[in-house]
Amino acid sequence: MHRNTLAQSAAALKARTVSSVELTEHYLDRIERLDPKLNSFITVTRDQALAGAELADKRIAAGDDSALLGVPIAHKDIFCTAGIRTTCGSRMLGEFISPYNATVVERLARAGAVTLGKTNMDEFAMGSSSETSYFGVVCNPWDTSKVPGGSSGGSAAAVAAGLCAGATGTDTGGSIRQPAALSGLTGVKPTYGRVSRYGMIAFASSLDQGGTLTRSAEDAAMMLDTMAGFDERDSTSLDVPVPQLRAGLNDTLEKLTIGVPESFFDDGLDEKNATAVRAALGELEKLGVVLQSISLENIHLSVPTYYVVAPAEASSNLSRFDGVRFGHRSKTTRSTDLTEFYKNNRGEGFGAEVQRRILTGTYVLSAGYFDAYYLKAQKVRQLISQDFERAFAGVDLIAGPTTPTPAFSIGQKMNDPIEMYLNDIYTIGANLAGLPGVSIPCGFVDALPVGLQLIGPHLSEAMLLKVAHHYQRETDWHLQTPKGFV
Amino acid sequence: MALQLDDIRKLGELARLKTEPDEVDDLVEKLTSILAFVDQLQAADTNSVEPMAHPLDKAQRLRPDKVTESDQHGLYQQNAPQVERDLYLVPKVIE
Repeated sequence: MHRNTLAQSAAALKARTVSSVELTEHYLDRIERLDPKLNSFITVTRDQALAGAELADKRIAAGDDSALLGVPIAHKDIFCTAGIRTTCGSRMLGEFISPYNATVVERLARAGAVTLGKTNMDEFAMGSSSETSYFGVVCNPWDTSKVPGGSSGGSAAAVAAGLCAGATGTDTGGSIRQPAALSGLTGVKPTYGRVSRYGMIAFASSLDQGGTLTRSAEDAAMMLDTMAGFDERDSTSLDVPVPQLRAGLNDTLEKLTIGVPESFFDDGLDEKNATAVRAALGELEKLGVVLQSISLENIHLSVPTYYVVAPAEASSNLSRFDGVRFGHRSKTTRSTDLTEFYKNNRGEGFGAEVQRRILTGTYVLSAGYFDAYYLKAQKVRQLISQDFERAFAGVDLIAGPTTPTPAFSIGQKMNDPIEMYLNDIYTIGANLAGLPGVSIPCGFVDALPVGLQLIGPHLSEAMLLKVAHHYQRETDWHLQTPKGFV
Repeated sequence: MALQLDDIRKLGELARLKTEPDEVDDLVEKLTSILAFVDQLQAADTNSVEPMAHPLDKAQRLRPDKVTESDQHGLYQQNAPQVERDLYLVPKVIE
């Protein structure tokens, strides 16, 4: 049952060949049996899941045909869930129970999806390996000595191991696409503003975007059809019509030109990765796509730009965590004044990587450095964005690798922040420019999955997913399952 | 530029973050390397480039000035570390 795609499970539920309770129990049993090897869940909500499944079965029996009715999914633990602990992978929110649901959670629940639990992640989504969580390291199901990528690594590992049918994630610099690539999944980061950020704990507000980690592009389309759309509770939500993504997947592929940024294939890219991605580009040509070399002149500055803009926004966003009205309050130290009190709460509540980013952000925003760092980075961000705009005047989409290498070993990059940051070298550009991006499995290197990335102009999710779906009709990389989790 | 121990202390003050003495050397080293890395930006020619604050260049939407939330302080205070008579408690700061 767990080897089915989300689309197949939804169809089986509708045809009543399986009940939601059966399917939910099956996944819950697998989580109990297999997740100790992965640590992909922070919280498993067995009772709520089974209650939700029973309700879904009743709705199915009553003729309700909501798209995701009875389908068991998981949420990245960055999305607020009423009555269920939401930790964001941090000690700071270790006991936090949200009084309300994120819009994404609300919409998926309304469409009948059953929540199995909350998935592990880098603390406050700051990381590319899911090693910075207060709740422990997540392992990659393809090789448990490797990282699953991050920050949505718990969601990635859970879907890849068949512990849920699909999962939500968030992507600030690659946090959906990179773990999707490293875990052999389809990961979609929609256009900035497409999916509501309401109830999604903020990291860098001008970059954060919610999306999906699933087996296939069709699965992603099904989830996004429910998740996407205007939300008045998010002041940056886009008030534009959302096309029904799944409905258009099988339409004929129009004659598309896809741009290939040659700089994405330079020395930074692992040779075997490059071979797999080149082969995938060849496969796209067979689908009638025309490839064209392009240059993104300032893209090499995207990682340094990001590591000014994102920490700056993070230092501001995370200032709300002070241990007064919610969050961690230090018990071991008696504070003598209010400043000490804040410092103790925050010093204990935040882990090392989060502290580094808050301090970096504080530095680039502080008097005397603001112009040289923050303002400069915002200007370079403009240049990077203009490069994409120019490119999209000549091509429909852009394609290349998602990551420089396949999954790396746990612990390998933890002591070198720059080395870790460079994991997102191909993905960050889309966040800076607010563009939608997709990663799809396109091969294996040394038995580890490799991702092909597609980036499109604003609001081009339908085209991106259509190309991904047509590719997946011709290939079966996305249907492979890791050995230990068959 | 290389950061000094004092810079870290000052940043910790500004950010309200207590840094443990045994972590400070590591912080100095890592923050210095991060700042050296982002210094690449200085080489970019950004004359007459407008800074970009929002990816879609949109203005913030306004909403009618109406009350939309009800009083739920009891619910919210369930997450509070310390509450007494509906009030959030913090250490005494005025003698």
